[in-house]
Amino acid sequence: MTDPIKYFASRVSAHEMNRREFIGRSMAAGLTLAAATSLYGKSAMAQEPKRGGHLKLGLQGGSSTDVIDPAKSSSQFTFAMNRNWGDTLVESHPTSGLAVPALAESWEPNADASVWTFKIRKGVEFHNGSELTIDDVIKTLNRHTDEKSESGALGVLGSIKGIENKGGDLVITLSEGNADLPLLLSDYHLVIQPDGGYDDPSSGIGTGPFKVDNFEAGVRATFVKNENDWRSDRGYVDSVEMIVMNDATARMAALSSGQVHFINRVDPKTVSLLKRAPNVDIQTTSGRGHYVFIMHCNTAPFDNNDLRLALKHAMDRETMVEKILGGYGKVGNDFPINETYALFPEGIEQRSYDPDKAAFHFKKSGHDGSVLLRTSDVAFPGAVDAAVLYQESAKKAGIDIEIKREPGDGYWSNVWNVQPFSTSYWGGRPTQDQMYSTAYLSSADWNDTRFFNTDFDKVLLEARAELDQNKRKEMYHDMALMVRDTGGLILPMFNDFVNATTTNVSGFVQDIGNDMSNGYVATRLWLNS
Amino acid sequence: MANPLAGVYAARHRLKESHPLTVLIVERLGLSLLLLWAVSVLIFAGIEALPGDFAQTYLGQSATPQSIANIRADLGLDRPITTRYFEWLGGVVQGDFGNSWASGAPVTEQITKRLGNSLFLAFFAAAISVPLAVGLGMVAVHYRNRIPDRVINILSLAAISLPEFFIGYLLIVFFAVQLGVATFPSTVYDGMPWSERMAAIALPTATLVMVVLAHMMRMTRAAIISVMSSAYMETAELKGLGAFKAIVKHAAPNAIAPIVNVVALNLAYLVVGVVVVEVVFVYPGMGQYMVDAVTVRDMPVVQACGLIFAAVYILLNMVADLVAIIANPRLRHPR
Repeated sequence: MTDPIKYFASRVSAHEMNRREFIGRSMAAGLTLAAATSLYGKSAMAQEPKRGGHLKLGLQGGSSTDVIDPAKSSSQFTFAMNRNWGDTLVESHPTSGLAVPALAESWEPNADASVWTFKIRKGVEFHNGSELTIDDVIKTLNRHTDEKSESGALGVLGSIKGIENKGGDLVITLSEGNADLPLLLSDYHLVIQPDGGYDDPSSGIGTGPFKVDNFEAGVRATFVKNENDWRSDRGYVDSVEMIVMNDATARMAALSSGQVHFINRVDPKTVSLLKRAPNVDIQTTSGRGHYVFIMHCNTAPFDNNDLRLALKHAMDRETMVEKILGGYGKVGNDFPINETYALFPEGIEQRSYDPDKAAFHFKKSGHDGSVLLRTSDVAFPGAVDAAVLYQESAKKAGIDIEIKREPGDGYWSNVWNVQPFSTSYWGGRPTQDQMYSTAYLSSADWNDTRFFNTDFDKVLLEARAELDQNKRKEMYHDMALMVRDTGGLILPMFNDFVNATTTNVSGFVQDIGNDMSNGYVATRLWLNS
Repeated sequence: MANPLAGVYAARHRLKESHPLTVLIVERLGLSLLLLWAVSVLIFAGIEALPGDFAQTYLGQSATPQSIANIRADLGLDRPITTRYFEWLGGVVQGDFGNSWASGAPVTEQITKRLGNSLFLAFFAAAISVPLAVGLGMVAVHYRNRIPDRVINILSLAAISLPEFFIGYLLIVFFAVQLGVATFPSTVYDGMPWSERMAAIALPTATLVMVVLAHMMRMTRAAIISVMSSAYMETAELKGLGAFKAIVKHAAPNAIAPIVNVVALNLAYLVVGVVVVEVVFVYPGMGQYMVDAVTVRDMPVVQACGLIFAAVYILLNMVADLVAIIANPRLRHPR
């Protein structure tokens, strides 16, 4: 099989290409119709999940301070672990990012999207044998939003005013309309627990495909199959073992020696080495996370839009993706949204490296002397290298960037969101609205570019309550342009999620929602032999 | 005027004459407690001085002012530093190290498991490396400046010159990935069968042995050589003792003090300094546990780990001093 055809076949196996597409493309790649048809049959047959076996995962991001309580989940490890035993009301679609039903069967907003009614699925059983009720759902949401909440989802759910049971349905009232409420409920903290988790938040009892067998924080977690799972299209293996492996080389060694079937966070610099191992498949997914250089729009010298534009044009984005991400990423366009988001604003011109334009704006800004950039490798992997690359490309435009390397410990409290020009990282959010509300609204706590624009704020709030998708898309187009052309954000690249599996597992779904197949990796993989 | 404490001093002096070792041990233990207290103050002040408190660092990017305030109120972080310190100290004096702020579980329970793992690994590394180092040191002296001496020196120096994580990676690549004979990762857990546990620690133990070997071996060699050049060794040789017998009977006992000191330092390192090896081999020991706790400023855990590490150092150094004193009567009666 030649490489493109092998790739198409794997897409069929992963449910991402249908028969017509596969045969069409394979013939274009030089296969006869008969051969393509038979190959499609084989690949489609290979997609029939096998059940049973013991699945092992080696994951970066676990710590001995981890807890099962989903409200306090903050590491990559607990993120993926909680997906095994618990469910949220709503999930996001792996490729479109739209809201799809989970424990909520369906939902309906009122005219201004401020009151939402959710139908809760019937006949779902918790691991302890009790049946899921509307009370459990309401209590769960209460625990994450009440005045004593220590939940990581509190910021997302800030606009919730009332959570009620009306005739067996869940009714959520918001202080202002929000067309994205279902997607907000897909937040990984909001795992539905019996009694809302009030009595024992870390019991690990939920409705998910696996039951927690053993959990040792920072070491490993083991799971066994939940025989009474309400869904049959997940949880194919009999048992799962997740091992904390914070060392990148250890993860690669464990995978290539076949000790684990899956690892996350493959270092882009060593992907090419890992590829050489005969038993390994690299799994990359386009992500929403982005590596950024942020300027405070209200602090001299960055309060001058010409200087900001000069610095934006002085960024060589292609080189950044090539050198810092090893090619595993996409160039950014100075607004924090890429095409993985629903309602992505199309037709915005890609900003590219242009020393002449940069020099023009720099001259126009009247700024004299160098510009101080603070950085640390804590901001994102390779941030210091990225700063040096940037310094080089800016020099060609006659802009002198001075780099100050800051200590990693305390970078997030002393430098980021404090100093006027620094490197940083943003993970994605489920919706454009949430991304902009978190960091670009004038009143946002994390307005780390000090972007104060009343027009922008107005459009953002209007778009939030707008149920007409076309109008909404236009509004997002306007907002993207405002941030791109007047904001303090230099966004050279979106990083891909780079995972790897052994060749004897199947079922990995390239889920744009988040890393590790949006955390669902253990519920989606199956063992072939 | 007679000093009111003169009687006490006299009694102490008499006790020192009759039971010099007992007095020494009691004195050293008392000083150790004082030292541990000072360590606890330093650690507490250190955590306070780090930027960001537990609530901020634990919630990270998902923090909101309200959730931060809720956690602070919950843990009493909004109270003055002295109140919090003495409250913690009060608990420790009664044997209660408190609960981890992050997990809410008792610190003692978690630490027992992690410390057990660390000691397990350290024990086997020490059981292999100490006799090996001393033995190789003696062999090196015996063949001083000849081929065996050179080979031992070059190999052990090469091992110590490589960073420990690199030795670890080399062992993993050869024995786990290419040959497939060794167990990797070295994760151990409750209820793991003994044989599997031993297989799991084979590679980290080998790494640690290579890291600590050279230091102890070279100190053994140097100490014995210095003793060998003394007059009584010449006498031993003249009276017809074989070279190896002379080393074992006469040189080694006199060289023991410096060797024991180096051994003690290396043993302490095996317990408290192996976080890199733990990470590389995915071994759940104390080191990673403490680093995780420092990252989120989980004070009760950091304190408990810090005190245990300090105690290990103090204890091993004390044992080294005692062994040196017992081995050398001159040190027992300092003038």
